[in-house]
Amino acid sequence: MADLSIDFAGIRSPNPFWLASAPPSNSGMQVHRAFEAGWGGAVWKTIGAPVLNVSNRYGAWHYGGQKMVAINNVELISDRPLEINLREIAEVKRAWPDRAVVVSAMVESKPETWHDIIHRIQDTGADGIELNYGCPHGMSERGMGSAVGQVPEYCEQITRWVMEVAKIPVIVKLTPNISDIVMPARAAVAAGANAVSLINTLNSIIGVDLDTLEITPSIGGKGGHGGYAGPAVKPIALNMLAALGKDEVVGGSKLPISGMGGISTWRDAAEFLLLGASSLQVCTAVMHYGFRIVEDLCDGMSNWMDEKGFKGVSDVVGRSLHRVSDFNNFDLSFRAVARIDQQKCIRCNLCYVACNDAAHQCIDLIAKDGRIVQPQSYDIQANGREEAVSSRPGVYVREEDCVGCRLCYNVCPVEDCVRMIEEPSRQPSVTWGQLSESQREVTEDWEKMQKYRERMGIHIH
Amino acid sequence: MTDIQQRIARLNALDELLPPLTRNEAAVEAARCLMCYDAPCTHACPTHIDIPKFIKKIATENLRGSARTIMESNLLGATCARVCPVQELCEGACVLGSEHKPIAIGRLQRYSMDFVYAKGIDLFRPGKDTGKKVAIIGAGPAGLSCGGELAKLGHSVTLFEKRDLPGGLSTYGIIGLREPTEVALAEVAMIEKLGVKVESGKELEKDFTMADLQANFDAAFLSVGLGATPGLGIPGEELIIDGMNYIERSKLDAPNLVIGHNVVVIGAGNTAIDCATIAKRLGASQVTMVYRRTEKEMTAYAHEYDFIKREGVRFCFLAQPVRVNAKNGTVKSLECLQMTLGPADASGRPSPQPVAGSEFSLAVDQVVKAIGQQKPSLASQLKLENEKGFIRVNANFETSLPGVYAGGDCIRTRGAASTVMAVQDGKLAARSIHERLVSHG
Repeated sequence: MADLSIDFAGIRSPNPFWLASAPPSNSGMQVHRAFEAGWGGAVWKTIGAPVLNVSNRYGAWHYGGQKMVAINNVELISDRPLEINLREIAEVKRAWPDRAVVVSAMVESKPETWHDIIHRIQDTGADGIELNYGCPHGMSERGMGSAVGQVPEYCEQITRWVMEVAKIPVIVKLTPNISDIVMPARAAVAAGANAVSLINTLNSIIGVDLDTLEITPSIGGKGGHGGYAGPAVKPIALNMLAALGKDEVVGGSKLPISGMGGISTWRDAAEFLLLGASSLQVCTAVMHYGFRIVEDLCDGMSNWMDEKGFKGVSDVVGRSLHRVSDFNNFDLSFRAVARIDQQKCIRCNLCYVACNDAAHQCIDLIAKDGRIVQPQSYDIQANGREEAVSSRPGVYVREEDCVGCRLCYNVCPVEDCVRMIEEPSRQPSVTWGQLSESQREVTEDWEKMQKYRERMGIHIH
Repeated sequence: MTDIQQRIARLNALDELLPPLTRNEAAVEAARCLMCYDAPCTHACPTHIDIPKFIKKIATENLRGSARTIMESNLLGATCARVCPVQELCEGACVLGSEHKPIAIGRLQRYSMDFVYAKGIDLFRPGKDTGKKVAIIGAGPAGLSCGGELAKLGHSVTLFEKRDLPGGLSTYGIIGLREPTEVALAEVAMIEKLGVKVESGKELEKDFTMADLQANFDAAFLSVGLGATPGLGIPGEELIIDGMNYIERSKLDAPNLVIGHNVVVIGAGNTAIDCATIAKRLGASQVTMVYRRTEKEMTAYAHEYDFIKREGVRFCFLAQPVRVNAKNGTVKSLECLQMTLGPADASGRPSPQPVAGSEFSLAVDQVVKAIGQQKPSLASQLKLENEKGFIRVNANFETSLPGVYAGGDCIRTRGAASTVMAVQDGKLAARSIHERLVSHG
């Protein structure tokens, strides 16, 4: 069985799954129960400056019958008194020596306040500290959270203050509300942080109520931007995670990265590992389903690793990172076409309408006698199950016209029904980067591009 | 139970079987719809309702738009949502049916229709007056559909109905479990609001003649349905209760409907199943359906047969009733002959042949017959051309009498007679009538 244990910048835990700094890790009682359920670690809900919270603090986006595709919140850092938090952190750590107890902190941007909080956290016996530079609401207006994370210089400065007194590993948590995530990460590297984590929540307005015309959720008639998280943000998190791994400074530093942002299942988690995360944090899925989800996170991950022959988490970390590239380096001669498995096809025609209305018009409806037919061409006097099912045409790709855009593949509701078939290249392999270097004029002038296409036999209808 | 309690229990025993979908159930079910393009459900629906469109509107909580989508194709969407044999039509053709559960199209349709009826929303208005007058004979689904469509086009429509209440089978003949009378009457009210005048208690060739119609109207539409249940021609026939009457009483006068302890229903079609359901649910201790062929040949839909078996009704196949025995006017037994299946008859089904000397007797105290209805008598009365006894119409639903159209069960020479087919006939006939009235200036 695969070994799920990790050593993350010196913080050890029996599995890579930690509660993210958030409502599920708000109290000793909760973290205690999370550890009983099997969580490998917990990042305590951020402690620091005094706050007051409001009601109706969570909004959610429900889509297509799926509840909480995303959640947003205007909850602040812990509203429980600092002393109580510190005492409970110490108690939990004493009771669970094998689990990772990391404490998230956010205080006013002064060296002495940071020094003070770091000392007090270290006194609890906690395993590590996470610097919350990400909170996008409430705290940022007070010069904390994302107000720090969005300015690499502030990031670096505060991290330096922390590192002056830190005796346990320090993780800098990054905000995604920035145009280039690499910049604050480089600042963390420069300041000597032991690790980074990402992503914190994104700025968002979850919606507007169409009855009351108020912002959702309505806080006494008002609403505003809140931190956005949950399954919907995962692709954004994966991209930012990969960006750090590919950056020569951040990636080159080999600084461990704790990944989070929409992890709900072991499958999501495995993707984060493959793109370079070496510990994983979870919040929204726990807010939706409770601590119990850690069982399948571990079980599914372990079974997958066994199947793939990965002995430990470190065998997985960053394994797909070398495949992350950009358009400049993609092989322009790579060719794939869509093919529909007629046995599996349920004749919903979603591929047909997508291709016809939004892609390249290369799927035909073909009747049983081989004729191409138009939609809605049946006799209005015809009806009944038998008639409708037996006369329904099939959907077929005209492969010679298919550009391989993969839209039909994506809309098909049936597993493995549309497949993208790799076809032999018709041209020698070349990337846009190579083309811009070797034949720059082709990339700058439409006429030359047309000639190039003719030379290469590239026909776009 | 006291008499009063028993009467109240009876009132509830035939309440609509399926509860309405909750908002959340409807949302989840609507989200499950794949929104097929040129969808097979729409093709399978005789009125070709754009089903993915109305379902997606439920998903977006545009219920008014959803109901309008339904009613643009089928004015009697509330009835059809309840009585359509969806397994044979839209849901039967659903692409999710092969590996998953088909979308509950009927129940979603009911959800949208119930919304507009509960809110009293009028989705359509009478068209601009054309000055043309159309008479419709029979206020069942075909007549209501035709009348409503014509009124939307601005024609002045008068609906003559021989019974006290309009609605036809929806009002009188469909068991309350599937469609409460109020639903049918609400649809009639909607049609009336479009300007259609309903004159109840008026029968063609009794209270007025075809000549009257031709003199006073620019066109006529016959939607007279079918005739009475035929006789069995057996001794004691007068003691047998007519199934259509049994259903009607259960809907309009359930507390006073006499139900036997040991009931036999003769027949194995959908009406027979309704009769057996009524007997069982209103207190019979034993209900037996007697049919001269086997379950393979029965005309009831498969899902209806499944339903009635779960109701605990027993079957006596290959049995032909030959005599009802009574004592002092009270039924005591039904004598039957055992049958065997012979070569195919005119209906294409194996013909039942009596087995000599196989008489047996069922101890019963109530016998109900539901063995189909006779052909419309009006066809011969009016000397209209007919096809196997049904009124013959051309592709435009016009009878052999110019300007006189017909639709619904009275023209149904082939295929299963159903409400939705009648609605489609009425809609298409209205188009033809409209064209005639417009082109004749």
